[in-house]
This record gives sequence, C-alpha cells and structure tokens, in this order.
Amino acid sequence: MSQFLDMFLIGISAASIYSLMAISMVLVWRSTRVVNFAQAGMALLSAYIGYELVSRTGNFWIALPLAMILGAAFSAFIEFFLMRTLLKNSSQGPIAAIAPIIATLGLLGVIHAVLGFIWGHGDVQLEAPLSKVGYTVGDTTLFIAPMGLFVIGFVIALLFVVTILFQKTNIGLALRASAYAPEIAQLSGVRVSGIRTLGWAIAGAAGAAAGILQTVNGTGAINPDSLEFSLLLVFGFIAAVIGGLESLPGAVLGALILGLVLAFVQIYISGTLVFIVAFLLLLALLILRPQGFLGSKVGRRA
Amino acid sequence: MLRINGLTVSHGAIRALDSVSFSVEQGGLTAVIGSNGAGKTTLMRTLSGLKSADSGSATWNDHNLLHGKPEHHVRQGISHVSEGKSVIPQLTVEENLDLGALWRRNPSEAKASKAEVFELFPRLEERRAQQADTLSGGERQMLAISRAYMARPQLLLLDEPSLGLAPLVIEQIFQSIRHIVDSMGVTVVLVEQNAMGALKIADFGVVLNLGKIAVSGAASDLIADPAVRTAYLGF
Amino acid sequence: MLKKHPLITFIIFGFILFLISNRLDELIVYHGATVGIYVIAIASLILLTGYSGQVSLGHGALLAIGGYAAVLARIHYNAPVWLTFVVAVLATAVGGALLGMAAARLSGPYLAGTTLALAIGLPSIANQFSVFGGEQGLSFDIGFPPASLGEDFTQYKWYFWISWSAALIAMYWLRYVLHSRYGRSWRAVRSNDVAAELAGIHVGRNKVLAFTISAGLAGLAGALLGMTISLVSPGVFPLLLSFSLATGAVLAGVTTLGGVMIGAVILVAIPEIALAIANRYGGSETIITNLPGLLVSGLLILTVLLVPNGPVEQMHARRAKHAKSGKASHSPVELTVRVGSKTWSTKK
Ligand SMILES: Nc1ncnc2c1ncn2[C@@H]1O[C@H](COP(=O)(O)OP(=O)(O)O)[C@@H](O)[C@H]1O
Ligand SMILES: [Mg+2]
Repeated sequence: MSQFLDMFLIGISAASIYSLMAISMVLVWRSTRVVNFAQAGMALLSAYIGYELVSRTGNFWIALPLAMILGAAFSAFIEFFLMRTLLKNSSQGPIAAIAPIIATLGLLGVIHAVLGFIWGHGDVQLEAPLSKVGYTVGDTTLFIAPMGLFVIGFVIALLFVVTILFQKTNIGLALRASAYAPEIAQLSGVRVSGIRTLGWAIAGAAGAAAGILQTVNGTGAINPDSLEFSLLLVFGFIAAVIGGLESLPGAVLGALILGLVLAFVQIYISGTLVFIVAFLLLLALLILRPQGFLGSKVGRRA
Repeated sequence: MLRINGLTVSHGAIRALDSVSFSVEQGGLTAVIGSNGAGKTTLMRTLSGLKSADSGSATWNDHNLLHGKPEHHVRQGISHVSEGKSVIPQLTVEENLDLGALWRRNPSEAKASKAEVFELFPRLEERRAQQADTLSGGERQMLAISRAYMARPQLLLLDEPSLGLAPLVIEQIFQSIRHIVDSMGVTVVLVEQNAMGALKIADFGVVLNLGKIAVSGAASDLIADPAVRTAYLGF
Repeated sequence: MLKKHPLITFIIFGFILFLISNRLDELIVYHGATVGIYVIAIASLILLTGYSGQVSLGHGALLAIGGYAAVLARIHYNAPVWLTFVVAVLATAVGGALLGMAAARLSGPYLAGTTLALAIGLPSIANQFSVFGGEQGLSFDIGFPPASLGEDFTQYKWYFWISWSAALIAMYWLRYVLHSRYGRSWRAVRSNDVAAELAGIHVGRNKVLAFTISAGLAGLAGALLGMTISLVSPGVFPLLLSFSLATGAVLAGVTTLGGVMIGAVILVAIPEIALAIANRYGGSETIITNLPGLLVSGLLILTVLLVPNGPVEQMHARRAKHAKSGKASHSPVELTVRVGSKTWSTKK
C-alpha cells in the first residue's frame, strides 16, 4: 500500500514538472507552429540563472519569480529576433518545413555551448529552499517532502493562473484566436505578431519554472551536459504529444499519464526501463492515435 | 469614398487583377460579381491588407489601403469577412463576437455593438454560449458578418457570404446586409458569384472578368442590360 | 563527365584520392578518412530530408546502431571486417524500417521529436545492458592492414582506404537509386504528397523505403566511425554528432547531393579550427571543449537564417536569376532540383 502511495506521489510530482515543460512546448507550437527543441536548453539556462540569483539575493523566493521573468524575456527575444527572421527568409523551398525545427536544434546547441563557456562542465549546486525529508505517517516515511509538496502546489497555482489568463481575459482570447486562426484574428484587429511573441514569453516563463523546480526537487546539481534536462525535453514533448500538441489541458493530462506510467515502471519493474518505456509509449501513440488523446481532427499526419 | 485606381495584383506569375479602377460612394452597397477565378477574392484581400499589390492605388477617404497590415486597417474602419465561413470554430459564439471588438478601447461601445448584432440576428443571442462549430452554415455566416460588424466599420468587405447556403438562407443574409447598409450607415462591398441575387439588393455593380473590369454601373442598369444578362447573369 | 560516364568518373576520382593519400601527412589522411565517413552520413540525411521530405534530428542514434552492430559482430562472431560493415548496414536498415513505419505516418515536428528523443535516450540504453559495455563501450579492432599492401602502409591509410571505398560505392549506388523509379517518386512525394498519391505512388511505402536506405547508410557510417576511433561507446555518438550531421546537411544544401563534400569537410575542420583558436588563447580548456559545439550550432542557425537552401543551391539560384534578369520581380520563386543530368522544377 505504501509502495502504491509512493508511486502515486512520485508520479504526480514528476508530472507537475513535465506539465510545465509540455505547456511551454504547446504554447510555442500554437503561436508559431514550431516545436521548440531548445526548450530544454532554455530551462537549463533558467536553472543557472536561478542559481546565480539565489547566490546573489540569498533568497529562493525572490529568485524563482525573477528567473521566470528573465526566462520569459529571453524566450520573447528568441521569437522576435530569430524566429521572425527565419519564417521570413525560409518560407520557400523544401527547407521551409524543416528550417524552424532545425533552427531550434541549433539554438539548443548554442545554449549548451554558452552554458559550458560561462559555468564550465562541472556541477553547480542550487540548494532546495525547503526540506526534502519525507513526511512520516506513523512509522512509515512517505516519498513526499515539503519541497515536493511545494512543487506540486506551485504548479497547480501556475496552471490556475494560466487557465484564467487564457479563458477569462481579452489577452487570452487574442492568444487563442491567433493560435486557431491567425488570419481571422488579424482581420479582427488583433496584432498577431505581438501575440506570438507573448505566447513565446509565457512559454519561456513556464519553462524557466520547470527548470528550477526540476533542479531543486532533484539533486540540486546543474550541469550543461545534464541528461536529466535532455530527458525533461523528451518527456515534455511526449506529454504534449499525448495531449495532441494543441491543447493546454491536454498537455497537463498527458503529463499526468506519463508521470504515473513512468512511476509505475520505476517502482514495480525497473528504473532502467523508464526511457525505453517512454519512447515506446511515444511510438505506440503516434502510430495508433495520431491525433493525441485530446487532439482535434487536424492530425499530425503528413 | 473608396477609390481604386489601376490596381494590379499577382499571385506569382498569375496576374489576378489587371489595372482595376472603380470607386464606391459612401453609404451604398456595391456588388462585385464575376465567375470563379475572376479575381474577386484577390481584390478583397488586397483591400484589407492580406495581400500586397504590384501597382496602383486604393484609398478609403484619406486612408491608404495598400499600406499596412490588416489589423491596422481594421482600426481605421475597414472590416473584411473573408471567403468561407470566417469564424473560429473552437471559440464560442460570444467569444467570436468579442474578438471583433477586442481592439476597441471603450467596453461600453463594444457592448452596444453586441446589442445591435443580437437585435439583427436574434439566433446568435440564443446560441451565444455555444461553440461556433455547432452552428449551421447560415448561422456561421451571420456570425462572421457580426464579428466584422463588432469593429464598428465604415467600410465592410464581404466575400461570397452566400457560398454553400440554401436559397432561403441566402435571401435572409442578403436582407440583413441591406439592413446594415440602410440603417447602420455602413458602406458595403459585396463579392458574389450569385450575380443576380447580389445585383438585386445592390445599388451599384462591378463585373470582373479575368482580372479586368468588364462593365460597371448602377445595379438596375446592369440587370436591364441584355449584353450583361447573357454574358454574366446567364439568361 | 559525371553526367555521361558516372562510373568512370567515380573510379577516376577514387584513384586520384588514393594516389593523393600516399603523399599526405598521417594526420591529414586520418581526417580524410573522417571526411569520407561524414560524406556517407550527410548523404544519408540528405536522402531522407531533401529527397523524401522527412526530417531526422537524431541521426547520430542510427550511426550508433550501426557501430554497435559492427562491433558486436566482430567481438562475438569474429566476423571479417567487410562483414561487420554489412552487418552494420543490415541491422540499421532493419531498425530504420521499423522507425520508418512509424515515421511515414508522421509529419515534421513529430518525426523530429521522435528521432531527437531516440538520440537523447540511446546512450542511456547502451549504459544499461552489459553486452554494450556501458560507459566505456567496446573496443573495435579491425586489425592491421594486409601485409600485401606493403611495409609502410599505415593504419590510418588503411582507414582512409576503407572509408573512401565505402563512401564512393555508397555515393555511386545512391546516385543510381535516385535516378531510378524510386528516386523520382520520392521527389514527387516530397513536393506534393497528395498529388503523388493521386498519381498512383504509394506514399507510405516510399517513405519507409527512403528511411530504410537512409538508415542503412547511417549504419555504415557509424561502423566506419567506430573503426577509425577503435571504439564504440555512447561517447562516440553524442548528441553533438546529430547536431553536426544536421549542420553538415544544411550546409551541403538538403536538396542536392552535390554539396556533401562541403558539409563533410567543414564538419571535420570545425574541431581543428576550434583547437587553433584555443591555442591562440593559451590553449584554454574551456575553449577547446565548448567552441566546436558553438561553431557547429552557430553555423547551423546562420545557414538556416541566411542561406536556407544551402550555399550550393543558393549559387545555382543566383546564377539562374542572373540568366533571366529583366523579368518581372514578381515572378514566382522557383524551386529546382538537380540530380546529375536531370532537373526537376516547380516552374510551370
Ligand atoms: N494563393 C494563390 N496562389 C496562386 N494563385 C492564386 C491564389 N489565389 C488565387 N489565385 C489565382 O488568382 C486568380 C483569381 O483568384 P480569386 O481572386 O480567388 O478569384 P475569385 O475569388 O474571383 O474566384 C485565379 O486564377 C486563381 O487561380
Ligand atoms: Mg473567391
């Protein structure tokens, strides 16, 4: 029973971070029809920024929102200077369909190299602001600790804010309209290119939160070559794909499914199989349900 | 007043509009008719800023239509309902309407426009919370026109609102368009393949043929003209 | 020459290469071998992306499959060297066919994400099964060059000969395939798969076939790469390798095989350039480890931004534009694909 509870808790806390990652990929996809494979690099950069901010201000609670704002600014910057030029220059020829994808790959590489230049390839340590010793109930120690609980709570709060933003505000309406039908949005007077940048900015903030929370909830070590962050990219992508790549609730649901499945594998089968299972899940999903579980009819088929 | 002078527009090597000139007085309904591929949609998209022109000029009062993005033109009072059902199916009816007035600073004015729209199309008010993809074809077209109307336009460009609709529904939509012109003081340019229907409600008519203006004049004169009847109205 | 007598051209080119290899410095011969390997790997990626319109961001993973297949055949069955390469090609082709079946149903971003995921995860798979030798990997020893080649025939020269023989054969064969019915249907599928389907081309099957062949070539490159390094380990096929191949392909121009040499030479040159720069700044460790990645990725972004269809294609396009200057500036952007003597164009 406690093993089952652990599985559930591990799954939920992993899922909360995957969902942030998935949301940022979905937001970018919806605003510019690009899957941002540099998202892991951007999250990693944010983890480093968080580390610097904590060591300067000495306060995690100031550093976290600050890093999210910087993440948003960086992401908007990328959209404004890189993506716009790219979509303008390479809209013709066989490269058109793949140029943005390849550019985000290049961006990932550049970020990795720059991180290596600045912080070297050794670990730096971002200390968790809360205890990571599990709560005890009777004589069993649960998997969940104050830090983990904060992560889950914080993500739920963020999801709430994002939902309100998208469903209840004018900006949210403009964001949705531009995603679904840019031309109609334009004809309605929405400044679509600005809205795109805003979509990237929100994605950047969510990705920054993912990067920092992933770090403090894990070992706290940050490294430019971190496999953990590469896997975060993969899992975020898979979660987004489960949800159909278009839908924000879908991305969260996808993250929950993936988090729980992987926690199950880790506890009941073997931790070494986690990646393989995730990859097979992705393949099976793409082959069997090309439109995602919540995806619309506009599928991902070529 | 809408003035179009020597307007030439191409899609790659295809010249869709070839030195088109005409003008439209404030407050009337002008029908632009012509068969499939005549360049009607291209004309509309150029006027609303979705498509760039090769040469020529187009102005609405003092406003240059060939310069700037569509969102800019909307703010200057030019709204365009593009071909097909120009609504966003994933949004609710009310959200589609709100979208049209999103840029307007004054929420009470937007509210007033919404009330006018609901008066014109009561059906939309009944379905305000429904997602737009649950609407019938006619209702979608009403919603598309209403969405454009929410921007409080001076000039409304409508591209084939009758497309794919039943005759009875077309009649109703055309009547509403006429109403928008008469009692709301909006200047409308209506593009139609349904030439007879459009000319019947229009004040003026422009016949486009292969990117050029074939005939233009008062709508009643065009209907009466035997040459126009045989060549473009098909009887 | 190439157009009329491709076989003779290839043979002469190979002959000249081998003659040159006798005169060159050992290190350059070694780099030359690597160029040959990159030629195969980039051609494999171009075949996939440029000719069948599918994109792989994780081509390094396919090279890894080839490398491991070859080394396992060598270690466990003591297979002769040539056979290890055949095993590498076949094993990777099978893997590619499986992946291709999933891929054929996917469009751009999904396929890109799936292949990238594979490249990210493959090292961790290799680490978990003892047959793959974990982090250290498996050493790949092809033995000394045959005595009949002479006393002073060095190991590096042997690598060079093997790589370039493989590269020339692969390129010749690829040229042949692209001229065949399959090559034409791939191009048709790429430019418009709906139209191709209507024209009776089985789009799915064609995509799977392209993926299979591309994977086979990648496997060959992977085995060769393992050979020159004498090692097959996760570190031989890092994520940076996938990035590099993407860069090589984009630099070569994804629409034409004509530029593969450019891409391959640049990829080999980059670490050397980085080293030279690092030495100028006092041999800084930071520069040596990070500069190659920065150059590769920076080059990738710049190419996509500035010459999206590759410098070679850009030059062709510019020349074509000059040839008929005076035409209206609103003439459509034309897309022309040249392979050998044939030209395909979207020009009406
Ligand atoms: N996006 C486009 N690309 C290429 N040609 C186009 C495009 N849109 C329209 N055309 C061509 O321009 C001409 C005019 O089309 P259009 O303006 O849509 O006519 P209409 O609306 O009167 O049917 C046609 O020959 C059509 O084929
Ligand atoms: Mg039309």
